[in-house]
Amino acid sequence: MNFNSELLKSLLSVYSPSGNENNIRELIRSEIKDYVDEIEVDALGNLIARKKGNGKKIMIAAHMDQIGLMVKDIDDKGFLRFTNVGGISSFVSLSQKVVFESGVVGIIGSEPMEDMSKLKLENMYIDIGVFSKEEAEAKINIGDICVYKTEFDENENVVSSKCLDDRVGCFVAIETLKNIKNNINDLYFVFTVQEEVGLRGARTSAYKINPDIGIALDVTGSGDTPKAKTFAVGLGKGTAIKVKDNSILTHPKVKELMVDVAKENNIEYQIEVLEFGGTDSGAIHLTRGGIPSGVISIPTRYVHSTVEMASKNDILSSIDLLTKILEKDIDL
Amino acid sequence: MITDQFLEKLCNLDGVSGYESRLNESIVEAFKKYTQKIEIDKLGNIIAIKKGNTKEDNKKIKIMIAGHMDEIGLIVTKIEDNGFLRFSNIGGIDPRTLLGQEVIIHGKEDVFGVIGAKPPHLQELSARNKAVKKEEMAIDVGYKKEEVEKLINIGDYIIIRRSLNKLQGRTVTSKALDDRAGIAAMYECAKELCKINHEADVYFVSTVQEEVGTRGAITSTYNINPDIGIAIDVGFGSTPELPKEETLEMGKGPGITIGGNIHPGLREQITKVGKEYNVPIQFEICPGPTGTDARSIQITREGIPTLCISIPLRYMHTSVEVVDMADIENTAKLLAFFIGSISKDNLEGFLCY
Amino acid sequence: MLLKELTEAFGVSGNEKEVRDLILNEIKDFVTDVKVDKIGNIIAYKKGKFDSPKLMVTAHMDEVGLMITGIDSSGLLKFTTVGGIDKRILVSKTVKIGKNKINGVIGSKPIHLQDKDEWSKALDIKNLYIDIGVNTKEEAEKLVSIGDYVMFNSEYIEFGNNLIKAKALDNRVGCSILIDLLKEKTDLSFYAVFTVMEEVGLVGSGPAAYSVEPDVSIVLEGTLCADTPDTEKHMIPTKLGQGPAISLMDRTTLFDANLRNKIVAIAKENNIPYQFRKTTFGGNDSGKIHLAKYGSATSTISVPCRYIHSPVSVMSKKDYYNTRKLLLAIINKIEEGDFNEF
Repeated sequence: MNFNSELLKSLLSVYSPSGNENNIRELIRSEIKDYVDEIEVDALGNLIARKKGNGKKIMIAAHMDQIGLMVKDIDDKGFLRFTNVGGISSFVSLSQKVVFESGVVGIIGSEPMEDMSKLKLENMYIDIGVFSKEEAEAKINIGDICVYKTEFDENENVVSSKCLDDRVGCFVAIETLKNIKNNINDLYFVFTVQEEVGLRGARTSAYKINPDIGIALDVTGSGDTPKAKTFAVGLGKGTAIKVKDNSILTHPKVKELMVDVAKENNIEYQIEVLEFGGTDSGAIHLTRGGIPSGVISIPTRYVHSTVEMASKNDILSSIDLLTKILEKDIDL
Repeated sequence: MITDQFLEKLCNLDGVSGYESRLNESIVEAFKKYTQKIEIDKLGNIIAIKKGNTKEDNKKIKIMIAGHMDEIGLIVTKIEDNGFLRFSNIGGIDPRTLLGQEVIIHGKEDVFGVIGAKPPHLQELSARNKAVKKEEMAIDVGYKKEEVEKLINIGDYIIIRRSLNKLQGRTVTSKALDDRAGIAAMYECAKELCKINHEADVYFVSTVQEEVGTRGAITSTYNINPDIGIAIDVGFGSTPELPKEETLEMGKGPGITIGGNIHPGLREQITKVGKEYNVPIQFEICPGPTGTDARSIQITREGIPTLCISIPLRYMHTSVEVVDMADIENTAKLLAFFIGSISKDNLEGFLCY
Repeated sequence: MLLKELTEAFGVSGNEKEVRDLILNEIKDFVTDVKVDKIGNIIAYKKGKFDSPKLMVTAHMDEVGLMITGIDSSGLLKFTTVGGIDKRILVSKTVKIGKNKINGVIGSKPIHLQDKDEWSKALDIKNLYIDIGVNTKEEAEKLVSIGDYVMFNSEYIEFGNNLIKAKALDNRVGCSILIDLLKEKTDLSFYAVFTVMEEVGLVGSGPAAYSVEPDVSIVLEGTLCADTPDTEKHMIPTKLGQGPAISLMDRTTLFDANLRNKIVAIAKENNIPYQFRKTTFGGNDSGKIHLAKYGSATSTISVPCRYIHSPVSVMSKKDYYNTRKLLLAIINKIEEGDFNEF
C-alpha cells in the first residue's frame, strides 16, 4: 500500500484543539462520506460514521482534538497570558510559534527566570506583536485557544509534525475505512472529541453505540532515543499492540486476537506496556456493562511537542492490522 | 469446603488485575453449591445469584455484595540483553517490598525468578540508607536472552511467590488476602444464608480490576443495578506506629465505614443488626469516596445506597498480609443477618432521607 | 434573609440533612414535582409553558467541614477534614459538633511555650484537637461519637460596602439563587437539582444527571476570588463586585464555547456586568454532568467568594443580584427548541 502523505498532511494542518473540533470534523466527514452508510454528530461533537454489517458491533475510536493553549488574560501592553488545554510542557513551548483559528500568529516568551528548571506556564506569555491592550482585544478574546504552528516534514522513513497525536490515528482509521474489502462486521468509526482533556468524547459516544468490542487508535511513546527511560517500543519495529497503560488493562482475548491476526498476516508488531497515559479505550471499556477493548498504537517520538515523529512503515502496519481485524469473523 | 480451605486455595492461585481468569474455576465451583445461578460478564466479573425466599418473583429486592478477585502484581516491560527482565507494577506496590523476593512469571509456562539486590559489600554506606527504585531492579530468571525470549514476552504478568501460612491462633498470612479474604467472607455468607430466611435476591460479585481503579465494580453494578450495594474489602489492621483513629483492631470484628460513600440509614441498620446478634463490630471513618469498590457502586446509574465493610488486615499490599479468620467469619455473619433483616416493608424506611 | 439561614445551616458533605430539609421546605410551594433520590440529591421540576430544550440548573448543598475520627483518653477529639480545607486556617477557631451542635474549639500550644522556629511551621492536623470541655473519654462519649460531623461556627454578617461574611458561601449562595429562580414565573420548564457531596468528589451530580438527562445544564457555584494586593494580575481568578464569573475551563470540563458565547451575549444585552473565571484550577459538578449518558452542554456561573473554604468567606451582594439577574435572563431568553445544536 502507498503512504498517502497528502491526506496525512492535510489532517495535520487543520486547527482543532479540544472543545473546538468543528474544522477537523468537516474535513474528515468529507473524506469518508462516500465510504460509509450513516453519519451523525452527537451531543459533544463526536463524528460517528457507520459501515453496516451483520457481525460484531465494533467501535473504532481515533481522537480529532489536539492540545493547545487557552488565553485567560490580556495585559496592558497586549501580551496574552494563557493556560494549557491538554498536556503542555513549558520547556517544549518556549520560543515556539502558535496560531489562532483566525490566523493570528504569536510567539511564546517567558519572564526572566533565575532558575530555568522552575519554568511554569504562568511565567510565560504569548506575544502577538501588538503594542497595546486595545490592539490585542481587537484580534483576540479571552477563552480563545491557539495551537502550535509547525510544518510537516517527511523523508523515506518518517513523518514529523505537531499533532500526530492523534491525527495519525484518524489517518489510520480513514485509510482502513477506504481499504476494507468485505463488510462482515458492523463498524462504527468514531472520530472523538476532547480526548486530550480526559477521554471525554469516547465516554458519551461509547454509551450511545454500546459496541461489542472497542478499538482505539492513538500514539504511544518510544524508548529508542539516547538514554531513554526503559520502554521496549521503538520506531520502525511495527505497529504496537497495547497491553497496559494507566487507563486500561487490555482484555486478554482482545490482545490475543490482535496478536493472532498480526501473526497470521505477517504484520510487524510490538507489544506495548506503558507506565502512564491513557486512551479512548480507557473510557470505552468501562461503559455500561463493560466492553472488551484494546488499542493499536503508533510508536511516536517527542509526543506533545511540535515535532512528533513516527515511522511510515509502522503507520502502514497499523492500517494493515486494523483492516485485517475488522474483516475477520470475530468470536471472543 | 470449609472457608479456611477455600481461602487458602484462592490465595495460592495467581490473579493479577486484568488476568483474573485463573481463579474462575475455584470460585464458580465453590459458590455453585450455595447459589442458583452463576455468570461471568464481559470484563470477567463472576456473579453468583442466591435467590430470596419470597414467592413473588417480580421486583424482588436486589442486594449486591462485591469482593474483588484481583491482586496487585508486576508486568514485564523489557528483556535486557543479559536476559534479565525489567518490570512495572499493576496496582499500588511499594518497591521497597520487592527487593530479595522470589517471583513467578506467567509466560508460555510459569517461570521462576528472583529480584536480587546488590551485595552490601559492594555498596557505600550512604547508599544503603536509600530505598532502591523500581527502575534499578531486575528479575533474574537464570537464562540467556535467547532462551528467555522463548518462554517470556513483554506484557507477561509476574506475581510474588508466596503461599498461605498459618500463624498463631486463627491468624493466617499470605499474598492477596486483599481481597481474597473478602471473597471468602462472601462464600461464608452464602453458606450462612442457607440457614436464614431472606427476601432479597443476593448477588455475590467477585469483581475484577479493583486495584487499578475499581473497574469491575463500575460495569458489574451497571448491569445488576441493585437496590443496595455492599463492598467487602480490607481495612488497615493496627500496628504500634499507626494512629489509632486510622486503624481497626485485629480480631475485633469487621469495620463498618462511616462517611459520605455510605448510606446513613443502611449503616444504622447494619450497626443495629450487629449489636442485636452480638457480632463484634468496629468503625472506620472515611469522609469521601472510599478506596474500594463502594466508590464506584454508589455513583452508578441513578445512584445506589451503599455500604462498605472492612476486614482488618495488617501489612496491606505486601506478600505477608495477615488476617484473623474470626474476622472473616464475623463479617459473613454480619452480612447474613443484615440481609435477613431487609424486607419490602422496611427497606423504604431505611433508605429514606 | 434566606442566605443567612442557608449559610448557618449544618450540611457538611455526606451529612446534608439539615440543609436539605430547609431547602425542601422553601421550595415546596413553587415546584410541580420534587423528590429526594437514592443518594440524597433533591430533584425538583418546575413546569412552564414549554419543555424543550430540557434545562437543568444545579447547585450543590454541601459544605466543607470536619469529621471526628477518635476520642482521646483525656476527652479531646481527633478529627479529619471533609473536602479541601487549608489546614492552616483550622487553629484558633470555634466549631459545632454533631446533631446536638455541641460547642468545641480548635486550640493550639500557647505561643509562650513554643520555640522560635516552631512559629514558622504550619500546624499539622495530627497535632490539633477539638476541645469540648470535658476531662475524660467517657464524658466525651456521652456527648459526641466518632463519625460525627463538625461545622465551623460562623454567623452571617453584613459588613463593609454591601459585603457578606459567612461560612459555606460555597455553595449556599448557589442554592439561594436557585431557590430565588424557582420562585419566579418562567415559560421554560426546568429541573432544579440540589446535589450532595460535591466537595468530596462531585459524587451526587453524576447520578442526578443520569436520572434527569438534560440537554443543557447550568451549574451555580461560589468560586475562588483572590483579588488581594499581592496576587499577580493574571493569576487573579475572579474579582469581587465585577459580576457573575463565567467559567472557561477547569480540571473537569472544557465549557462549550457556543453556550458560553450565548450567555455572554445575554449578559451584554441586559447590561449585566460579568467576568470570566480566569483560573482553570478546581472542578465542579459540571464535570460529571456533561459526560452523563449521551453527553450535554454545560456552563458554570459563579459568585466570586474571597477566602473560600474557610469560616470567613466573603462575597458582594451586588454579585449575588447580578448572578440571579443573569440566570433569569438566560432562562427567559431560551425559546422553544432553542439550543438545538446541542
